[in-house]
Amino acid sequence: MATQHSRSAARLMMAPAVILLLGWMLVPLTMTLFFSFKKYLPLRGDSMANGLEWVGFDNYVRFVSSSSFWPSIQATLIIVGGVLAITIVLGVLLAILLDQPMWGQGIVRILVIAPFFVMPTVSALVWKNMFMDPVNGLLAHLWRAFGAEPVQWLSQASLPSLIMIVSWQWLPFATLILLTAIQSLDSEQLEAAEMDGAPVLKRFWFIVLPHLSRAITIVILIQTIFLLALFAEIFVTTGGAFGTKTLSYLIFQRVLESQNVGLGSAGGVYAIILANIVAIFLMRIVGKNLDA
Amino acid sequence: MARAATSQRKVLNTALAWAVGFLIFFPILWTILTSFKTEAQAIASPPIFLNFDWTLENYAVVQERSNYMRFLWNSIIIAGGSTILGTIIAIPAAWSMAFVPSKRTKDILLWMLSTKMLPAVGVLYPIYLLFIKMGLLDSRAGLVIVLMLINLPIIVWMLYTYFREIPGEILEAARMDGATLKDEILYVLTPMAIPGIASTLLLNFILAWNEAFWTLNLTAANAAPLTAFIASYSSPEGLFYAKLSAASTMAIAPILILGWFSQKQLVRGLTFGAVK
Repeated sequence: MATQHSRSAARLMMAPAVILLLGWMLVPLTMTLFFSFKKYLPLRGDSMANGLEWVGFDNYVRFVSSSSFWPSIQATLIIVGGVLAITIVLGVLLAILLDQPMWGQGIVRILVIAPFFVMPTVSALVWKNMFMDPVNGLLAHLWRAFGAEPVQWLSQASLPSLIMIVSWQWLPFATLILLTAIQSLDSEQLEAAEMDGAPVLKRFWFIVLPHLSRAITIVILIQTIFLLALFAEIFVTTGGAFGTKTLSYLIFQRVLESQNVGLGSAGGVYAIILANIVAIFLMRIVGKNLDA
Repeated sequence: MARAATSQRKVLNTALAWAVGFLIFFPILWTILTSFKTEAQAIASPPIFLNFDWTLENYAVVQERSNYMRFLWNSIIIAGGSTILGTIIAIPAAWSMAFVPSKRTKDILLWMLSTKMLPAVGVLYPIYLLFIKMGLLDSRAGLVIVLMLINLPIIVWMLYTYFREIPGEILEAARMDGATLKDEILYVLTPMAIPGIASTLLLNFILAWNEAFWTLNLTAANAAPLTAFIASYSSPEGLFYAKLSAASTMAIAPILILGWFSQKQLVRGLTFGAVK
């Protein structure tokens, strides 16, 4: 069907998108790689025009051996792991609930999905001030109502607070995808199991969960990629203080705040490698789906 | 009896689901309610839920003091511009991949997706530097370009999955009738693809509207969109709850409404067709 003519036309039509993305990927990536091997402190007068000093793998070694590196890896893992655990567990439960027959399903869906559309800076600020403020926040009121001492959320329990905010933003995403997956489950299979007397938990464990495994994997991978790049929520709430400095936030500080471009770029290369490890798994799943 | 049991279960499900839905939506509801209070009522203890004197004053103050309209306009230009530009570039690409697939189509699609995985912070300084060199820092044009590039893979993917659902026979028939490539795209494909294109536009507009890495790092006074406008409230000014709420409500209301229309497309768009 495809003639030689239409094939070359097709290639031509793909060209703008491919060239743009190729440039978007290669140009900054090359520059980051280049900077990562250089001493580059713009505030101390280093500039590309004057030539930058080659320092080999110095930046890579220094980035890893700095005292903030391991805490940042730890914070990253806790936040990503915490948010994933909460959104997946609650997401599965919520998806099952929303799949049941009820009145006003459409409206409930709308209520549940809403947080996903709130821009990150708004949700971070609203949570920080109106809910987690130790004096005027709603949670403080709630704590006092039960006679408890209000919690200094973002300073004393900074990581759990951040996990809570981010989970609130991502729970809708997990729920919506898992709900879509659950709706494709063959209800006859469930009914048959029910008639055979399989208890609810068994039905969930042996029928629903296996059916959801692919959707869960996809939620995990996509969220991980976004969560590794978490920025605005930290920027607005703690500014990286109180142990909330993740790897990407640390790199941001090195590059823009302390203007140590060489060091930050080496960190950037680490982050790119890390993200790519996750991405490879995601690509495999998506790629398999393309063949089907 | 069985029927009574199911309807009892339905009542229970409904009550539980509404309670959970309300709980999840509550922070947004609370923000909207607070935006209509006076500052004193906003921090009253115990908190006031509904029986306060509703006022629109906060909205007026926010617009007056910080010129909300300017940020709104920037958001519209940046999100709208990047989405439209991205779609114009993506339509031919998605078209050719869906209807004239080659051995490499799959690899190209996956490669495009992989550019989306590039952590933004890893390329922050190069982009920053390039923006300074090209005079794009704190300009709407610069952000339109960057957000277009960020969302281009998603736009191509979404369009591709929609285009693939259009039966190829229709195109062949058009070709038999002597339609040129241009006719084929303009008069046959586009009308059939309009629902798909519309939902792609919608979802990517939302994503661009809420993008909060590049918009915060590449703008200052001139091109700052609503994300940056809200971030400026993280200073002690954020202590004015009613005004913060009014500003927040104005920043999220348009997208909340658009978002509700796009929830079906959301799944497809954000999972790259892996979950439908």
